[in-house]
Parts: sequence; C-alpha cells; structure tokens
Amino acid sequence: MTLAKIVSELGRFLIQFLVSTGKVSIFAGQALSYIFRPPFYLREIISNVFNIGYLSIPVVGLTATFTGAALALQIYSGGSRFNATEVVPQIVAIGMVRELGPVLVGLMIAARVTSSIAAELATMKVTEQLDALITLSTNPMKYLVMPRVLAGIITGPILVLVADSLGVFGGFLVSTQSLGFNPNNYILSTVHFLTAADILSSLVKGASFGLIATLMGCYYGLNSNHGAQGVGSATKSSVQAAAVLILAINFLLTALLFTA
Amino acid sequence: MIHFKNIKKSFDNNHVLRDVNLEVARGQSMAIIGGSGTGKSVLIKTVLGLIKPDSGIIIVDGIDVNKSTHDQFLERFGMLFQGGALFDSLPVWKNVAFRLQRGSQKRSKDEAREISIKKLRRVGLGPEIADKYPAELSGGMQKRVSLARAIATDPEIIFFDEPTTGLDPIMSSVINELIREIVVELGVTAMTITHDMTSVMAIADQVAMLHDGKIQWCGSRSKLKDSGNSYVNQFIHGTAKGPIKTLR
Repeated sequence: MTLAKIVSELGRFLIQFLVSTGKVSIFAGQALSYIFRPPFYLREIISNVFNIGYLSIPVVGLTATFTGAALALQIYSGGSRFNATEVVPQIVAIGMVRELGPVLVGLMIAARVTSSIAAELATMKVTEQLDALITLSTNPMKYLVMPRVLAGIITGPILVLVADSLGVFGGFLVSTQSLGFNPNNYILSTVHFLTAADILSSLVKGASFGLIATLMGCYYGLNSNHGAQGVGSATKSSVQAAAVLILAINFLLTALLFTA
Repeated sequence: MIHFKNIKKSFDNNHVLRDVNLEVARGQSMAIIGGSGTGKSVLIKTVLGLIKPDSGIIIVDGIDVNKSTHDQFLERFGMLFQGGALFDSLPVWKNVAFRLQRGSQKRSKDEAREISIKKLRRVGLGPEIADKYPAELSGGMQKRVSLARAIATDPEIIFFDEPTTGLDPIMSSVINELIREIVVELGVTAMTITHDMTSVMAIADQVAMLHDGKIQWCGSRSKLKDSGNSYVNQFIHGTAKGPIKTLR
C-alpha cells in the first residue's frame, strides 16, 4: 500500500468519523430539546422507566453482587502479599461506587436496553410503522426517542445506586462469611470511607451512561437500513457504539471528577 | 384536489420520478398502476412529507404541501400501508384510535374506544378483537384493522398502498369492496397504488400509469382497455413484449 493510499484511507476514515459524530450530536440535541417541549407523552415515559429501569434491576443487581464479591476476594488475596488485608472494605467501596458500579450498569443496559431499543425501532422502520406514526401526526423523535432517552437519564442513577449497594453488599458477604471480617467494623469502614462526592460522581456517571445507552439504541434504530440484515446491523452497531462510548466517557468523567 | 406539478425524485443515480404531472379531482378515486419499483409509493409519500421531492410542487386544495402546517395538514389524510404498519406494542383498538388519543383530535379514552370498535365493525371485525395485539391477527385481519385506522377520524383524503398485496383472491376481493364502499360512503378523495388489475377495476374511477418516472397515460377506468397506449396495454395484459423492459 502506497503512502498516498494510506493517507487517503485515513482521511476518509476521519471524515466519516466527523460526519457520524456530527449526526449523532444533532440527533442528541434534538432528542434532549424535546424533553422540554410538549407534548410529553407521560405514559410512554412511565412505560420506558419501567422497561429500562425496573426490568434491568435483576441483571444489574446480580452482576454487581458477584463483582463486589469477587473484588473483595481479589483485594484480600492481593493485600495479603504486603499485610494490607484490612483495606478490603474501603477498596471494595471505592471500586464499586466510583468505577465498577456505574460501568457495570452502563454495560449491562447497553447489552439489555440499547440492543432492544435499536432492534425495536429498526423493525418499526422496516415495517413502515415510523411512516405510519408520521402520517398520524406524531413525531417519532417526540413519541419514541424522547421518552426512552429521558427514561435512561432518570433510571441510570437509580440503577447505579442499586449496583453500588449490592456490589458493596457482595463484598460484605464474602468478607464477613469467609474472610473473617467483623460485620459492624466492615460497615463502619465502608460508611466512613465513602464521601458524598464519590456517590455524586457515581450518579452523574449513571445519568450519562443511561443517556448514551438509550441514545445509541434510538439513533441506530431510526437510521437502520432495510431488511432483516439492516435490523441486525443496527442492533450490533448500537451496542458496540454504546459500550465504547460508555467506557470512553467513564474515563473522561473520572479524569474530570477525580484528578482535576 | 391534489395536483402534482413537475415532481422529480432521485435516489443517488436512480431517477425514480423524472417529471410527474397529475391531477386528482376532489371526491375522485384514482388508481396509480405500474410495475414494481416504478416509484408509485414514492409518489404518495411525497404528498405526506415522508419523502421530499428534489423539485416540483404538490398542491392540495390550493395549498402548497411544503408551506402548510404539517400536523394540521396530515390530519386530513388517512393511509393504508402495504404491510398494514400496525403498531406491535399496542392492542388493536389503540391502533385504530391512535389519532383519537393525542393531538387536536383527542377524545376521552371511552369515546376513543367506542369509535374504534365502530370503525372495526365497519370493516367487518367484531369487538372481540379490540384487545388483541396485531401479531395475533391474520394478514387479512391486519389489513382491515389498518383500514379501520385509516378511516378512524373520517379523513378527506385516503391513500391505499398496495391494499391487496399478500392476500388470497377472496380476501383481496373483500378488501377491494370495503375500500370502494368506504370511498363512496365518506365521499373522500382516494389514491390507490396497485399493480393488481382486479383492484383497479373494483376501486378506481380514474387510472394513471406510471412508468420510467412519468405518467404515461391517465384516463377513466372504462377507457383503460381501449387506451391505445402501448405501456398500458402491455401492463394490463401482462405480456413480456412491449415498451416495458422485463428481465428474464
């Protein structure tokens, strides 16, 4: 491959990336602006809060509990190498609340919610349901996208609180049942160590990841190509984009909130 | 009256509509015939704003479609989509009453349900299917529900996109009769996209033949067989020989 061709390919990739970023940004701006403009479709919002939030609790809860438990075992094992096993409660708490809780929630809802939204909206597009909505004087951005995005922003922090609590509980369970920690001391260490800023940052991440997960599902769903392949491709791309964006934004938020 | 003036629409290098000029008089039932992929559906969608033409204007009752308030404008229309396009997540009655539950035509829930059941009856469906979901219905029933949705708010103009596609001959005949009855009963302006000649004979007052991005012939249904137009003759007789190129 010649140098000119490499430069040309890089240029094409960069242009494509910028175009996509622009399109997603405009889409996000439109979706967010509809949150403040009537009609509000309250029933749709409630239904999406239930689907995205409430129905995600089992998978988020189980994932967080097992991760918190595994984290406690790892910290105990690693800490024992330099006589620092007593830091298990603090590290589990900080690890779960600052990082793992939000990221696990983000990735779980990317898997469960983003894929489902993208597949549903792409199928609606393929079967002309989106066109039908428009002919019935209903804007798909308002009726389909806004309620999902708002539900993501509302339920993200709630799911993160669930994940944080159950993650810490997983660590507590393993530490007190098999690592010999005193339950009261474990709880006190956790409570004393965590700050309001830790919890707040966790909630900010939750809202951001809820927004990204729902937005990617809606964007790829509404912009899917026709046919079964289009639906499959939209679903795959939405989950990939949501997962990568969640991890990238997590890094940026961590850098912004904890190192600035 | 719907007036298409010099409508052009291309998708990349595919020039679907090259220069369409057509008038559909108020209260008239117009069928647009033509082969698959000739742009019949695209033409209808340009009126509804689902597809924006590259050039040309569409005037409905003296108002330019592009200059009208979109939501208010759309309230005058009903549309029966080719595949029904019913909302999977809603029960049948909510599909039919969709427009009656929001916007300027909003009614109370009870009233909306009552109208929905009345419209379902009009298309030959009983109230027992009101709470079923579209996926639980046969293709013919879905078409009827879609027809009930199209007439739920007694629109002035109704578009029918391939109303009999995918249906058996008997069900096709039932749907054709229903459409004709409804068009006459409501006195609506109707545009039907089809390549089913039985539908054309049952539904249309006027017929327009779309081919190669242009209206090749337009006239009364009764003159269709004696049109003297080679495109129309080839199409209605379904022969491979003629000006319409076929792939074999």
